[in-house]
Amino acid sequence: MARIVAQLSDDIDPASLGGKIASANQEALIRITSARPVVVDMLPARKVIPGMSSNTILHAGPPIEWDRMCGPMRGAVIGALLYEGMASSPDEAEKLAVSGEIEFAPCHSRNAVGPMAGIISPSMPVWVVVNETFGNLAFSTMNEGWGRTLRFGAYDDKVIERLKWMEYRLAPAMKYLIERLQGIDLKSIIAQALQMGDECHNRDIAATNLFFKKAAPVLVDSDLDSSMVREVISFLGNHEHFFLNLAMAACKATLDAAENIPYCSVVTAIARNGVEVGIRVSGLGDRWFTEEATIPQGLYFPGYSESDANPDIGDSAITETAGIGAFVMGTAPAIVQFVGGTPEDAVRLTREMYEITVGTNDSYRLPNMSFIGAPTAIDVRKVVETGILPIINTGIAHKEPGHGLVGAGIVRVPRGAFEKALRALAEKYAPEGRVLT
Amino acid sequence: MIIKALVKPAYYQDSVALMWISRRVHACAGVHKAAVMMATPQNKDIMREAGLFTEAVARAGPGDMVIVVSAETEEAAAGALREAEQWLAKPVGEEKNSTTSSQYRHLAAGIRSLPGADVAVISVPGVYAAAESLKALKNGLHVFLFSDNVSLEDEIQLKRLAHQRGLLLMGPDCGTAFIGGVPLGFANAVRRGGIGIVGASGTGMQEIMCLVDRWGGGISHAFGTGSRDLSMGVGGITTLDALEILARDEQTKVVVLVSKPPAPQVAEKILRRVGGMGKPVVLCLLGNNNTTSRRGVYMARTLEDAARLAVVLERGEAPGTDTVEGSVPTLSLDITGGYLRGLFSGGTLAEEALLILRACIGRVYSNLPEGETLADPNFSKENTIVDMGSDEFTVGRPHPMIDFSYRLERFQREVADPRVSVILMDVVLGFGSHPDPAAELVPPISEAIKEARRTNRDLNIVLNVVGTDADPQDYTAQVTRLKTAGALVAPTNAQAALMAAKLLSSGRGKLELEVNKQ
Repeated sequence: MARIVAQLSDDIDPASLGGKIASANQEALIRITSARPVVVDMLPARKVIPGMSSNTILHAGPPIEWDRMCGPMRGAVIGALLYEGMASSPDEAEKLAVSGEIEFAPCHSRNAVGPMAGIISPSMPVWVVVNETFGNLAFSTMNEGWGRTLRFGAYDDKVIERLKWMEYRLAPAMKYLIERLQGIDLKSIIAQALQMGDECHNRDIAATNLFFKKAAPVLVDSDLDSSMVREVISFLGNHEHFFLNLAMAACKATLDAAENIPYCSVVTAIARNGVEVGIRVSGLGDRWFTEEATIPQGLYFPGYSESDANPDIGDSAITETAGIGAFVMGTAPAIVQFVGGTPEDAVRLTREMYEITVGTNDSYRLPNMSFIGAPTAIDVRKVVETGILPIINTGIAHKEPGHGLVGAGIVRVPRGAFEKALRALAEKYAPEGRVLT
Repeated sequence: MIIKALVKPAYYQDSVALMWISRRVHACAGVHKAAVMMATPQNKDIMREAGLFTEAVARAGPGDMVIVVSAETEEAAAGALREAEQWLAKPVGEEKNSTTSSQYRHLAAGIRSLPGADVAVISVPGVYAAAESLKALKNGLHVFLFSDNVSLEDEIQLKRLAHQRGLLLMGPDCGTAFIGGVPLGFANAVRRGGIGIVGASGTGMQEIMCLVDRWGGGISHAFGTGSRDLSMGVGGITTLDALEILARDEQTKVVVLVSKPPAPQVAEKILRRVGGMGKPVVLCLLGNNNTTSRRGVYMARTLEDAARLAVVLERGEAPGTDTVEGSVPTLSLDITGGYLRGLFSGGTLAEEALLILRACIGRVYSNLPEGETLADPNFSKENTIVDMGSDEFTVGRPHPMIDFSYRLERFQREVADPRVSVILMDVVLGFGSHPDPAAELVPPISEAIKEARRTNRDLNIVLNVVGTDADPQDYTAQVTRLKTAGALVAPTNAQAALMAAKLLSSGRGKLELEVNKQ
């Protein structure tokens, strides 16, 4: 491994392999930092997500078939089939899922992201985010709230009822809001929220409040049905995490523009399906490099413990991949309390991430770390070389379907995924191994 | 009056940070007013009232940042905008590391924190050393490769790459260098001057550098090459590149090359090169008795010989044919006393002593390739010299230049052998070595001498101390303490070996007189 790292390491000669990788990585950093994600619409998934047929179900993480899916993801699939009316009972839903009639695909393969189980079914309304700098689109569902929710594998009547309410009441209001505001600039909300103690992954309260601040006057002043406005305002007002999915879509729109740069060793996606953690690397296209997922370290709700926890799950690590989330924990020290940490621990963790990133994002600055920009563009080579594994803030789902969220904590992306990606880079770009074979 | 505006789309910044930058911009020469703000409706009002409202400001949205200046001239306005951009690009303070010492997990971070650095010192387990060296070379750094256990294939590839890029790869297993006054690895605090050294031998270079210093000369640079550099496989890549550097270096007046005899084809290349240096060259190829008739090339038979020749040449004087004391005698001495045991920490010093002693007293056992091989290097036989810095002694243990414990254990065993009458040792001072060798050596030496006197046994402990008074351990202070303990301290390694030989032939009394003169 040390030899592969050396072979692929930066070189001051621009014509050499290391020189090409270095400039490709700078290109990726520029693309990531110059992205400008803006929400421009709210539409049903089937109308806007590419290749979304009436029997497609998208899930979080690298590709996985029904028979290998973890509990919460199966629960969420069952819930989605009930929600779509494709099954009338959990049993029936499960039979349908096994039958092979459902096409499962990773959200990431369709420019989409979903938290936890990450299920997107055809009728679900999704945020449409455009990266104005590059023109690419990204999608995510709206966040359902905390506790027993579909994304954590719960599928009881209340869960389905809430999803229906979101489709019929919340989505039209959001569509109206987006139209009235002529798009919502996500980058500036994220930048402000980072200065207000959010890391925009596990802590989204400031970002959600900023969103609410934009939304409330418009909705109150709208000609929408007043009971609908009341419901929506009350939902947003009671939901500290609403912005998460917007942050995720913003990060997805940001990173997709940095994909497929030849020679580039920058990570463009980190995602987990509850069984495996997978990463994608710019210079290697849409290949996944996977490793077994581990159980996050964290705090559990009363009555639950690590033995109830499902291994790491969800596409939300897209935030860390884009340089926020746990990567900017130094600016959101409240979050390290999940693992009993202190503000100093938070700063230390963030400082570590500079060791594995290409550069900084000067749009996202950390006030209590002398306004340094967020550590941005994870370099596979640096991860392997330093052994510093990217850190992720995450929710913890119950391993059995139907329970939902049991805690939250932090987790590291396993090293094996990066080693596999690094080998693949060497095979693709240094097949002859000119020096040090 | 000129008003200029710059819009940075979707560039949120906290207002306090922006006010701070506004103040900086306002302070620029020729600027009347400046605003660096997010283009929110409220801020637009402020700019309008300040007379800083332009079309570009009007078009900007609340997520966009605007920089507007009013200035006397076009240039002043443009300059202020540039200034603002610079402040925006740079965090207010680069993030400072709160820990007192800086630790970096990879080379790139180290390079970032130390711009202008041009040498990487690499000391990691051998399996990683080649990879780290490659990284350093790719970053344009010369490499001082302290690690050993680097394969010959890797050494060749790395040295070829270094050569292609005009870089020097010193090593692997390179113990010593002194570059532009900076000591690397095991090295001594020596005066700077006109003598440049290239060597495959660490302690040999240290001995020469210290003697040069003691005799009034000075060192420009000293480059270690690694012990295999003059082998057929490597072909002297580093030696030739280092000679090239010294040939071009204006400060260097005299060049010394110290090594074991090279492979014949490589020797030819080296001789061709040193013949055309345009500066006098002293060749010290230990164990090589050939001479060369090339002009400006001087053959030294010992390290001391090399140092003295270099000093004379540095002064611009012509060395006489035999100005050198302590040269290798050709006459065999009659051995009357007991056995000699040499316990060395420096490989080259051990080798030189072995060669001298063999010429004087015949057969000497050792773990060096030149000696009669010991069946087990842990057990001496008759006259023996061991290099205790060689791999069989250092695996899993610190080097004897740093840790005296294993050498002292062996010392006790040798002293306990009644047939032993001379113990010969080197003491290497300088950076990287033990901070106070006398503290380790004085008690066992004085104890052994006392015990020998009590039993009327002829036991002599002969030392050579490599070092200078400027070294952290202080040469004179160390020598004084060691002499007080009863050791005989010779001025050079070669003379220590000769003294040992004479002691073996003549006994102690006669020699003490000679030693006391020095």
